[in-house]
Amino acid sequence: MFKGLITRRAAAALAVTASAAFVAPAFAQQGGVIRIGSIKTLEGPFATGGQDAVRALTMAFEEVNFTVAGKKIEWVRESSNAQADVALARARKLIEQDQVDIIIGPLSGAEGMALRDYSRTLTGNTIVNGQSAAADTTLRDVSPNFFRFNGDGMQWIAGLGTYAYKTMNARHVAMVGGDYAFPYAQVFGFMQEFCKLGGKVTKLWSPLGTTDFASTIASIPKNADAVLVIHGGTDALAFLTQYAQAGGQQPLIAGPVTVDQVVMSARGPHRRLLNNLISAGPIVDDSDDPTWKAFVDRYKKRFPDGFAAPSINAVHYYIAARAVLMALEQVKGDLSSNQQAFQAALAKLEVPTPMGGKVRLDDNRQAIASNFIRRVVDRNGQLFTTQVERFDNVTQTYGMPRAEFLALGSPSRDNPSCPPQ
Amino acid sequence: MNLARTLLRAGGIGLAILVLAPLALRAMLPENQALFWIGNIFARALIYGIIALSLTFLATYGGFVSLAQMMVAGVAGYVLAITVQGAVPVIIGGFGYPVAILLALGAAVLAGLAVGAISARTNDIYLLMITLALAVGFYRFVETNIDWFNGYEGIRNVLGPDLLGRKFRDPILFYAIASATALSLYLGVIFLVRTPFGLALQGIRDNPRRVSALGYNVMLHRIVAFGIAGFIAGCGGVLATIYNIGISPGSIGLGATMNLLIISVIGGLGHPIGAFIGALLFAIFDTFAASIYDRDRFNTLIGAVFLSIVLISPDGALGMVRRLREGFARKPRAGAPPL
Repeated sequence: MFKGLITRRAAAALAVTASAAFVAPAFAQQGGVIRIGSIKTLEGPFATGGQDAVRALTMAFEEVNFTVAGKKIEWVRESSNAQADVALARARKLIEQDQVDIIIGPLSGAEGMALRDYSRTLTGNTIVNGQSAAADTTLRDVSPNFFRFNGDGMQWIAGLGTYAYKTMNARHVAMVGGDYAFPYAQVFGFMQEFCKLGGKVTKLWSPLGTTDFASTIASIPKNADAVLVIHGGTDALAFLTQYAQAGGQQPLIAGPVTVDQVVMSARGPHRRLLNNLISAGPIVDDSDDPTWKAFVDRYKKRFPDGFAAPSINAVHYYIAARAVLMALEQVKGDLSSNQQAFQAALAKLEVPTPMGGKVRLDDNRQAIASNFIRRVVDRNGQLFTTQVERFDNVTQTYGMPRAEFLALGSPSRDNPSCPPQ
Repeated sequence: MNLARTLLRAGGIGLAILVLAPLALRAMLPENQALFWIGNIFARALIYGIIALSLTFLATYGGFVSLAQMMVAGVAGYVLAITVQGAVPVIIGGFGYPVAILLALGAAVLAGLAVGAISARTNDIYLLMITLALAVGFYRFVETNIDWFNGYEGIRNVLGPDLLGRKFRDPILFYAIASATALSLYLGVIFLVRTPFGLALQGIRDNPRRVSALGYNVMLHRIVAFGIAGFIAGCGGVLATIYNIGISPGSIGLGATMNLLIISVIGGLGHPIGAFIGALLFAIFDTFAASIYDRDRFNTLIGAVFLSIVLISPDGALGMVRRLREGFARKPRAGAPPL
C-alpha cells in the first residue's frame, strides 16, 4: 500500500516533469516582436462563427504582412467553447504562459464578462474584445484594460423601434424571444424607441433551446400589428418554420441575430416569411458601399471556402484587429510602461470599418458605431440583407447621459414594460 | 497506531510533493512560466482534483458513481457568489468571505445529503441516470433563473479575500491554500475509510443486504456518505469559483460534469489519489493540446489521449502504474494473456 503510494506519487511527479519538457517554453519578450493572442470559439455552438473570426484575423494580419511599426507580429491562437471559465483559462494561458501583449477576443457574452474581470487584474496587458456583446461588460464595473470596438446587443437593434412605429405604422408589437440576458438587452433597446413613441409591446418569452413554439404562436395577440422575432440560431429557425406552418400572417420584424446565414440558407416553409423581412443589425451582407464591396472581394478571394459574405463575427474581429494595428502604428510599437501610450492611442482611435463607416470609443472604452435597418432580398435563390436605413453614432446609452440610462435599471424580462391596456 | 502511521506517511509524502513540485519548477523554468504552472496547472489540477475526489470517494468506497458532484460543487459556488460582498450583480451580498464560505460549504453538505436521499434506492446505471438528471436539472435551472442566479451570464467578480497582505489569487498563495485543502481532504478520506463508518460503507459496497442484516442502517450510511462527498465537492466548488472569478452555468453544465467523470476515470477509481492524477493529466492536456497539435483540431488529441488511457488501462493511470510495477516485480507467467 505505502510502496504503491510512493510509486504513484513518483509517477505523478515524473509525468509533471516530462510534460514540462515537451511543452516548448515560450521565448521571452524580445524587442522586435509583438505577441498578439486571439480567443474565439472553435468548439461548441458558435464554432462556425469562430472559424470566420479566424479568417478575418488572418486577413487583417496578412494585409500588414505580420509587421507593424517595423516589429514582427506573432499570433498565438486559442479556442474556447463559449463558456466563461474556458475562455478565462485560455486567456490566462495566453498572458502567463505565452506572454502575449494583447488579446483579441472573446466571442460570446459570458466570456466577455469573464475576460473583462480578468483584465482588471492585469497590468501591462490589453484585451480588445472580439465580438462579445453583453451590455454590462462596458456599462457597469468597467475595466481600464478592456476595449470594445463593437456595439452591444442593445446598440445592434437601434432604429428598429422607430422604423416599426413610423414606417410600418405599428402601434402594438408582439415580441417573441429567448428568455435570457442577450435578448433582454435587445428588447430593452427596441422598447426604448418604440414605447417612447407611444407603442405597446406584448412579450412572449420562451426558454433557450425551445423546439415547440405552438403555445407561443397561439398566444400572439390577433390585434398585434407586427411580430418582433428576437430568437437566434436554431430557435429562430424553429419559430419561423412553425409560424409559417401555422399560417401566420402578421408582418414580422427581426433582431440582429435572427436573420443570419443559418436561417437564410436553410430550406423550408419559413422562406416564405423571410423575403423582404425587416431587421436591425450592425452589418449588411449586400451593401453598395465600395469599401464593403472591396472587403467582400478580398475575403472571397482569400477564402473561397468561406461564407457567401463575411459574417458578423468576421467583421467585428477584423475591426478589433485593425484597431490594435492602428494603435500600434501610432505609438510605433511602443508597449513599454504598462502599455500606457498604446492604451491611450486605442481610446482615441477612429477605426474605419469594412461597412464604410467609422467606429470610436466612449469614456468606458465602448464603441460608438453605426447600425442598420436591413431588408432580406432573394438573389437567384440565395438570400442576402440589403440596407434600408443607416444610423450613425449609436451610443451604448441611446444618446442619454450615462447616469440617466443606468437609472433605467438592467434589462430583464419585465424591464422595461409597456403592455397594451 | 497503524492508521496514524498511514496518515503520517501519506501526509508526509503528499506535503513533500506539494512543496517540492513548485520549487523544482522554479528551478527548471523561467520565473513567469513557473508561476503559470503553479497558479494555473497545479492549482487548477488541485481544485478539480478535490471535486473529483468527492466522486472517487463515493465510487471507490461506496460503489456509487454519482454524476451530481459537479452540481454540488456548483451549489457551493453559487451560494458563495450569491452571499459574498462584492459579487456582481448583488443578489444577497453583504457577507464577508468567512461567513459566505461557511454558508457555501453548509449548502454543499445539504445538497449532497439531498442527492443521497433522492438517489438512496437506486444503484448502478439507475444511480447514474438519476444523478445525471439532477445535474442537468440544476444546470437548466440556474441558466434560466435570473432573480437568484443571473441566468446565462452568472455571477462575477468573486475575487476572494486578501490574506496576509496578499491577494487570494496570487499564484503562490492560491496554490498553498489549494494544496492545504486538497491534502487535508485527501488525508480525511484515507482516515475516514478506516473508521467504523468507512468500513461499514465498504461493506455496503460489497454486500448491502448482509450489512443490513448485521443491523446497520444502510440507507443512512449512504446518505451520510453523500453528505461527506458534498462537503468535499463544496470545498472544490468554493476554490473553483474564486479561481474563475465567479460562476456561470457553463461551469457546472453537462460538459463540466463529463470532464469530472473523465478526470476520475483517467486517474483511476481505485484510490483517492487517482482523482488528483487524473486532474493533473486533464489540466495539462486541456491547456497545452492546442500548442502541440493543430489548433483547430486539438480536441481530437485530447480525446485520443483519454481514449487510449482507458483502452490500455481500464482502471486509469493508477492501474497503469500498478501494472507496470507488477511487471517489473516479477516475470510474467507463461501463458498469461497479453494486456
